[in-house]
Amino acid sequence: MSDTAELYQSLIMDRTKNPRHAGKPATFDAEAEGDNPMCGDRVHVYLRRDGTLVTHESRGCAIMTASADLMADAVKNLTPEQIAARKTAFEAMVNTGAENPELGDLNALAGVSEYRSRIKCATLPWSALAAALQEPKHD
Amino acid sequence: MSAALKIPTFDVEKIRADFPILSQTVHGKKLVFLDSAASAQKPRAVIDAMVHAMETQYANVHRGLHFMSERTSDAYEAVRGKVATLLNAPSPETIVFTRNATESINLVAQTFGRASLKSGDAIVISEMEHHANIVPWQMLRDSHGIELRIARITDSGEIDFDSLEQQFADGRVKLLAITHMSNVLGTYTPAERLAKFAHAHGARILLDGSQAIVHRAVDVQVLDADFYVFSGHKLYGPTGIGVLYGKPEILDAMPPFMGGGDMIASVSYQKSTWAKPPQRFEAGTPAILETIGLGAAIDYVQHIGFPAIAAHERALTDHAIATLSNIEGLKILGTAQDRGGVISFTMQNAHAHDIATLLDRQGIAIRAGHHCAEPLMGRLGVTSTARASFALYTTAAEIDALAAGLTRVKQILT
Repeated sequence: MSDTAELYQSLIMDRTKNPRHAGKPATFDAEAEGDNPMCGDRVHVYLRRDGTLVTHESRGCAIMTASADLMADAVKNLTPEQIAARKTAFEAMVNTGAENPELGDLNALAGVSEYRSRIKCATLPWSALAAALQEPKHD
Repeated sequence: MSAALKIPTFDVEKIRADFPILSQTVHGKKLVFLDSAASAQKPRAVIDAMVHAMETQYANVHRGLHFMSERTSDAYEAVRGKVATLLNAPSPETIVFTRNATESINLVAQTFGRASLKSGDAIVISEMEHHANIVPWQMLRDSHGIELRIARITDSGEIDFDSLEQQFADGRVKLLAITHMSNVLGTYTPAERLAKFAHAHGARILLDGSQAIVHRAVDVQVLDADFYVFSGHKLYGPTGIGVLYGKPEILDAMPPFMGGGDMIASVSYQKSTWAKPPQRFEAGTPAILETIGLGAAIDYVQHIGFPAIAAHERALTDHAIATLSNIEGLKILGTAQDRGGVISFTMQNAHAHDIATLLDRQGIAIRAGHHCAEPLMGRLGVTSTARASFALYTTAAEIDALAAGLTRVKQILT
């Protein structure tokens, strides 16, 4: 399909319709929520501090949901410092549109750079993840 | 062109030629602008009036004793007369210039609200208000100890008069602040009946005419509105100029809004006294050029005439409802009998923002989100909707383009 659909390529649509990392896990160490008051989109991120697990509950557009799911893949087994570095690289990529070989499948979201108002959709899960890393779970 | 659309009583193509921006392309596609409810495009007459003023007759108003100031003051005050005529207000002095409808409502909240309402009094709004007609009353509630009550809407998106009765039952309601046309559902509220209802219960009524003023002739005396507010930029005028109409005796009793130049009778360090309305509420140098632009916009719509505008938009709305309803999985929100050219919809398996982005790539501009009406989104059980809205320059072909675009969006997203 023409450029109309370029952003909504199969990887993004697949992750939106069949997310691999959706849901609240039985056990987790930290969680945080991100929301976009412009559209009411919301993502809740759960993680284990040893890096073995990141999941999300997403209620939002295709870009946000796919971004959350691809993020969960991309940060597996990384330390908090490595996650922070990846977040920075990801944000640079979606802002400039320049793909970064280190980001792997996340590069599917590079097209978001053309839509200023949609960049936040892609970065929202990463902001929630960063908040979760700082905010320990309170029982 | 569809057979469903009756021939409008004016030549749409001729109208379109008056709006320079409509010949623009977006992403290589012809612009299809269906977001006029957020802000309308400007006709050449408005653009020219503002440029002409800057080039030939500009100075500050109400101050200078020189030729330019006097001419500019005349041009500025003439617009007050045009607005009064547009609304059939009893006199130009009942027209207060503000920045926009939001500021008009805040002005009423901060002056009428603070001076005339006391702790224990209540204000009623409806479930389909824009944030601009919610938040100023919340702020007044929190600072002033009044109560804010919400009248329900029916599932069709119309005012629920049973709920309204209940809200008014204890006799404590002093103001009904309500939209004249929903910016989400396109529903017209029965303003005249609402005013009668409020007055019968000893309350004042403020009508938010931001949407309605664009589509229909408004007569504040027939409606018996105590306050009527709107923004110039939705009525094909520039941004930065809005209107508050108030009944003379109510404006007269209201304290000032902001302090500064132009709103005083006299100033000393000990005490200042206030000018009469409307100047009392217009502190500082006003939006002179924007006001002149609004005057040109009013002339423009008056020249076309509201009967023709309303007929054109009625036909467009009917055509849009019929056409969009044919798209499987698409749901139009609200089924009010009396509705205008604002249509919100959802599509199965498609988020409003994704719809908007994919339409934008086809040159079609719609709005997506909560439309500054988050509580209404909650009432409708959605977090966001897509919204197409029409203006006097909208064509049936553009609605057909929207339908084709949405079919394409469906293919991509599902």
